[in-house]
Amino acid sequence: MSQLGIVYALLGAALAVLLAGAGSSIGVGIAGQAASGVVSEDPSKFAKVLIMQLLPGTQGIYGLLVGFITLSKIGLLGGGMVDLTPQQGLLVLAACLPIGIVGLISGKYQGMTSAAAIGIIAKKPEQFGKAMLFPAMVETYAILALLISILAVTNLQF
Amino acid sequence: MFDTKYTYAVARIRALETGLFTSSVIEQLLACDTEQQCLQIIQEKGWGDADTPLNADAILAREQEKIWETIGELGVDMSVFDVLSYPNLFHNLKAAVKDACTQENGRTMNIYYEDTAVSPDEMLDIIRSKDFSRLPENMAGAARDAYETLLHTGDGQLCDVIIDKAALEAIYEAGKAARDSIIRDYAESVVAVADIKIAVRSQKTAKSIDFMKRAMAPCQSLNVDQLARAAASGMDAIVEYLSGTVYAEGASAIAQSPSAFERWCDNRMMQTMQSQKYESFSVGPLVAYILARENEIKTVRIILSGKQNGFSNDSIRERVRDMYV
Repeated sequence: MSQLGIVYALLGAALAVLLAGAGSSIGVGIAGQAASGVVSEDPSKFAKVLIMQLLPGTQGIYGLLVGFITLSKIGLLGGGMVDLTPQQGLLVLAACLPIGIVGLISGKYQGMTSAAAIGIIAKKPEQFGKAMLFPAMVETYAILALLISILAVTNLQF
Repeated sequence: MFDTKYTYAVARIRALETGLFTSSVIEQLLACDTEQQCLQIIQEKGWGDADTPLNADAILAREQEKIWETIGELGVDMSVFDVLSYPNLFHNLKAAVKDACTQENGRTMNIYYEDTAVSPDEMLDIIRSKDFSRLPENMAGAARDAYETLLHTGDGQLCDVIIDKAALEAIYEAGKAARDSIIRDYAESVVAVADIKIAVRSQKTAKSIDFMKRAMAPCQSLNVDQLARAAASGMDAIVEYLSGTVYAEGASAIAQSPSAFERWCDNRMMQTMQSQKYESFSVGPLVAYILARENEIKTVRIILSGKQNGFSNDSIRERVRDMYV
């Protein structure tokens, strides 16, 4: 039996986790640099800047979620692996791509927006609520991509 | 793609900007009756160190040192700030040329800036040994010309003019070569304002057009030929020429008073830097912070010396610069 279908499906799960995770690492890294800059001068702002740093971390979690759902869908987690044709495997791969690609890009840009918003906290900590909204806007598109990936993976019929 | 190498530094500068003096702190200083009261206020605001004596020179010198200590701690490539150090470096060249022509050994103390790319002792050694090739490329020619001019003519002013022009050209070239637009804006602003100052001072001392052209450095926002011709015809002609340029506000400041003009020169630089408040990933906020701190120290020095010499609040206020924040 050809294993190509399952290889494609696993590649999809891997890409969802890899790309979205990479986006989050870049984003959290950028925001973390800005957070360190502020805390080195004013440690009292630690809690606020930490929240800002964590905002770009969600893409990695979304990628992980889609990865889990995909592994479960193809039966890898339950022990009863589904037989997949190459075409079915490619369908799973395509379903995983939205969160992978959008997670990578939005993670980086959310990190940059968080870093800029950390600048607001450095100067006007009372504006924390408003500052948090700017990076949160980027999150919208990661959630939309997550939604499509989950809907696509769960509704595929094998 | 965006470059994020300044993210840490800019965030740290944002936190430090909260400690910059606002106009209300300046008002507080102006409201003090004596220099001592001013010194106490600035010390309470964290100026100087615990062991810095309560006198203006010591506190201001310490604050000047702190600027570069802070920038050094940010871990960024310091070569981008070379353009800011050119005025001090070329000042040292002037001092070294004069020392080399007037003294056989040693150097006049307290006229050099320390911590420059070429140390004062090395600079003096280079000039004395006439080994100008050891100087940076943009200094060597001017150093040779200035040294020979001073030696043969004894004209200190001409020597200064040669080095000052080389400094302006070096700043302008560094600006043109810089990747960051803020360095370009800084260089353009410095050179244009210096040219306007040369025109105003030359007009007051009735210098020739040739002298002015020799002193002025070309830049994009001013035509030095027209400016020099205007300066030769009178102050009104300078004001009229500047009115048609981006330095129109400077024209009205010249008309008002010499101190208003000096104030405008510094305020214009702070205006140029205002846009850096909204940058998060470039070297701009760092450059703006350095200039803002220098502007702040200069303003405090003006207030302190005004208080020390019993000037009225109005005449001090006329000289107080706009703050960055």
